[in-house]
Amino acid sequence: MRFVDEFRDGALARGLAAAIRQAARADRDYSFMEFCGGHTHAIARYGVTDLLPPAVRLIHGPGCPVCVLPIGRIDMAIRLALEAGVTLCSYGDPMRVPASAGLSLIRAKAKLGRGAGSVGTAGTAGTAAAGGEIRMIYSPADALALAQQDPERQVVFFAIGFETTTPPTALLIKQAQALGLRNFSVLCCHVLTPSAIASILEAPEVRRWGTLPLDGFIGPAHVSTIIGTRPYEFFAEEYRKPVVIAGFEPLDVMQAILMLIKQVNAGQALVENEFSRAVSRDGNRKAQQLVSEVFELRRSFAWRGLGELPYSALRIRQEFAEFDAERRFAVAYQAVEDHAACECGAVLRGVKRPQDCRIFGSVCTPENPVGACMVSSEGACAAHYSFGRFVDVTAVSEAPDFVVAP
Amino acid sequence: MNGARKGYVRPLDLRHGAVDMTHGSGGRAMAQLIEELFAKHLGNDFLGQRNDGAVMPIPPGRLVMSTDGHVVSPLFFPGGDIGCLSINGTINDVAVLGATPLYLAAGFILEEGLPLADLRRIVESMARAASEAGVPVVTGDTKVVQKGAGDGVYITTTGVGVVAEGEDFSGDRARAGDQIIVSGSIGEHGMAIMAQRESLGFAAPIVSDTAALHGLIAAMRASGAAIRTLRDPTRGGVATTLNEIARQSGVGMMLQESALPVQAEVAAACEFIGLDPLYVANEGKLLAIVAPEDADKLLAAMRAHPLGQRAALIGSVHADAQHFVQMTTAFGGRRIVDWLTGEQLPRIC
Repeated sequence: MRFVDEFRDGALARGLAAAIRQAARADRDYSFMEFCGGHTHAIARYGVTDLLPPAVRLIHGPGCPVCVLPIGRIDMAIRLALEAGVTLCSYGDPMRVPASAGLSLIRAKAKLGRGAGSVGTAGTAGTAAAGGEIRMIYSPADALALAQQDPERQVVFFAIGFETTTPPTALLIKQAQALGLRNFSVLCCHVLTPSAIASILEAPEVRRWGTLPLDGFIGPAHVSTIIGTRPYEFFAEEYRKPVVIAGFEPLDVMQAILMLIKQVNAGQALVENEFSRAVSRDGNRKAQQLVSEVFELRRSFAWRGLGELPYSALRIRQEFAEFDAERRFAVAYQAVEDHAACECGAVLRGVKRPQDCRIFGSVCTPENPVGACMVSSEGACAAHYSFGRFVDVTAVSEAPDFVVAP
Repeated sequence: MNGARKGYVRPLDLRHGAVDMTHGSGGRAMAQLIEELFAKHLGNDFLGQRNDGAVMPIPPGRLVMSTDGHVVSPLFFPGGDIGCLSINGTINDVAVLGATPLYLAAGFILEEGLPLADLRRIVESMARAASEAGVPVVTGDTKVVQKGAGDGVYITTTGVGVVAEGEDFSGDRARAGDQIIVSGSIGEHGMAIMAQRESLGFAAPIVSDTAALHGLIAAMRASGAAIRTLRDPTRGGVATTLNEIARQSGVGMMLQESALPVQAEVAAACEFIGLDPLYVANEGKLLAIVAPEDADKLLAAMRAHPLGQRAALIGSVHADAQHFVQMTTAFGGRRIVDWLTGEQLPRIC
């Protein structure tokens, strides 16, 4: 595959690995946080850690949109389908996140059946409002199309994600307005990257106790195609932490690590752009304008693991209130505690590794996730469980290298 | 005049007609559907006995039996349809146990409103697949459910075959040192369905690999290679099937990513949707675990068969108490190739 394989090339990776080994000083360690779940996934899937010297440690950050949604937000989506009787359209990843009352979107979906009120769902008629349905979609445009096809049905799009997925949601709302749709709305859970980074840097583990060594950030590429690199300049200056914006291919990640090591060695704290093939300093002005037209800052938003963060998420502006599911159906956020043994919060802050959690891999598995980090393919726990858990078992590292003759 | 009045029965309207509840009632309408559609296309001496079951001779050996329900959506897709899929799938399940497939049974659950033209297309496709494979459908059943209670048609096929004494390709026979071979490029069936369902409209359509593998398996057995295990990597793909074998045999496996045969179209489509071809269903591929000294011999025999031309050595078996299937990535790192989690693509076969 052109323009993909080039960024996964084994020979280039070996060259970069050698350069990293050479650049890394023998008298110190390097701890870098990859902010984004996309990086976490790539690191695990391609085995990037195997190519790094032991002195370089990667810390998984909170940049997984599904993981940072607190239980109360998933509950809102479920309530919309079960109680308000809407057709809730969600991406696949949030579907399996455990919510309150032993439910998840996928369990609520099973409870509702296909087209509630039909023969097959008679048993749940007492709990479910007529017509409620939960659908998995691949594109937000599918939700809009569904609303157009069936004007009798109230369609709600469960909008999650960082700045990358926000402009499409804004566009969707504008389209719905232009079409005069009266049966389409959005449950807006869009969150902001800089707020999460600030929260990590302000955390006592980093700032006061120093228990979380943090020498720099691998910044998210796709988010930066929208917001540019400028918003990170504050972190570099204020907190003296270098940031390298990097793409999601494994070579991008390795290149970013090399750039960070060089900055640390030189005592620099700059924002550098490894992903120059798509990211500029100012980002996508048009998308930013679209977003600010439709959304405004929430005064406060609850994050899983990071708690209530001021001005860290978006809500739909008053001018578009009729497309805001929270207003239309009067559903309010209610905080719900995470499972007592679940360490998702600490994992999201980078304070703990997935394997440090007592229930990792025993009680909490991808089949029976307790916390959100085990659900999403971008979650740190799921990535470590699915791709990397063999490193926790010493005997397995003795597996032979299998080389196929050319 | 004579034709129209023959038996005072009006022929089925196979062009514009549709399945209705009477076709499953046990009455004349059902008898007519069986006669003019199923018996006409699938006909053979055993089906012609017209009993509720069929009586057949069996050659010496141990009996192998397998059953498989087919609920694929859409019913028709590039490279096949639910009809040929239901024949090939069950033949393969019998054949990978080392058996010669002999007979098939087919149960249809039809949804009221299914166009008879679609049903005919499906039955014709089954007849073609059964005839090419040389495995007749000897008995069957038809039920009709109300509109909304099904999705067009579901087909369950059961196959029987015989396997010679001493032949055993069960999944618990992989041993450290054995080699892992796949019979061709992976992920085509699943991506063909996915592309069709999501109207992805790729310029080069991906075609399902549905095929009956008993001929290839016969050629493999004839090579004399010490085959430990055979299995067809359908739902859950190569990754899940290898995990099943690793667990059954109590071993670990190490794959080499760069050795995996994947068509460029499938690789691109997977990349686009965010799927891993290792987890995408195949319907005409098999995995063979073979003694190390016979790997080359088996590979040569497979490549000489039309269904094994792209056969490739993809990994090896080693001792591992954890039964991990691992992979050296093309990038140079290592990772687990885990069991499929959740549901990647529903209703794929």
